[in-house]
Amino acid sequence: MIPTSHYLFLSLGLFTVGVIGVVTRRNVIIILMSIELMLNAVNINLVAFSRLVGSAEGHVFAIFIITDAAAEAAVGLGIIIAFFRNRETLLGDEMDLLKW
Amino acid sequence: MLDQIVFYFFAALAVISAVLVVTRRNIVQSAIFLITALLATAGIFLQLHAEFLFIVQVILYAGGIMVLFVFVIMLINLDVSLHQVQFNRQWWLGLVLALALGAQLTVAIAVGRSGLPLGEPAPATMLEPSTELVGKVLFSEYMLPFEIASILLLVAMIGAVVMAKKKV
Repeated sequence: MIPTSHYLFLSLGLFTVGVIGVVTRRNVIIILMSIELMLNAVNINLVAFSRLVGSAEGHVFAIFIITDAAAEAAVGLGIIIAFFRNRETLLGDEMDLLKW
Repeated sequence: MLDQIVFYFFAALAVISAVLVVTRRNIVQSAIFLITALLATAGIFLQLHAEFLFIVQVILYAGGIMVLFVFVIMLINLDVSLHQVQFNRQWWLGLVLALALGAQLTVAIAVGRSGLPLGEPAPATMLEPSTELVGKVLFSEYMLPFEIASILLLVAMIGAVVMAKKKV
């Protein structure tokens, strides 16, 4: 039997890798992918606790998170396409139109 | 025994492919490794007796969302970004802070493990017809959040279409 804390550690590892991707990479698509990784890590946590207490509510919250991830990916990639059309770049640190 | 082999195999696969997603230079390779990581997570869902989520993960995440990503990668110019510096100027600071966050959470789990009732999980039969149970909870207690989620999807669809239009 695998203790629930091992699932927590796995989720923690995936989440940390996602945070590292978000704060170190320049490519916006990789940043979006890292956000997907972080959302995924949270899902593992929810399902592990759902298994621990034997109720399906964690699964329901995981489904909501997957819905949010789909919406976020659609809007985020739409923004990336619009941005690429205007500035011809994919680098996050060149998105500085609000800076002066 | 088999349970543990399955769990540690998928956990190692997920972590290794997650690291590769973050470190690869080529975006297409990153996308492929992200698919591997998502499928490994699906395997862990199956090992946790969450059959419905397993299928949703495979169809929606590894199928739908990744097709969207690969499509956008195809639409934008790939060759330029291959020759650019991949990590930003403060990457070392970000790395240190992210690792500090990870260490902090590790300590939190390791210390709190004894206080939390993390021992023996409930018997697997309690979640037995997984899809049926999820459906019952989703359409009784979480009916309003479900409807709000559908409105969110509608808004996201309209937003994506407006964003990707020729003239913004």
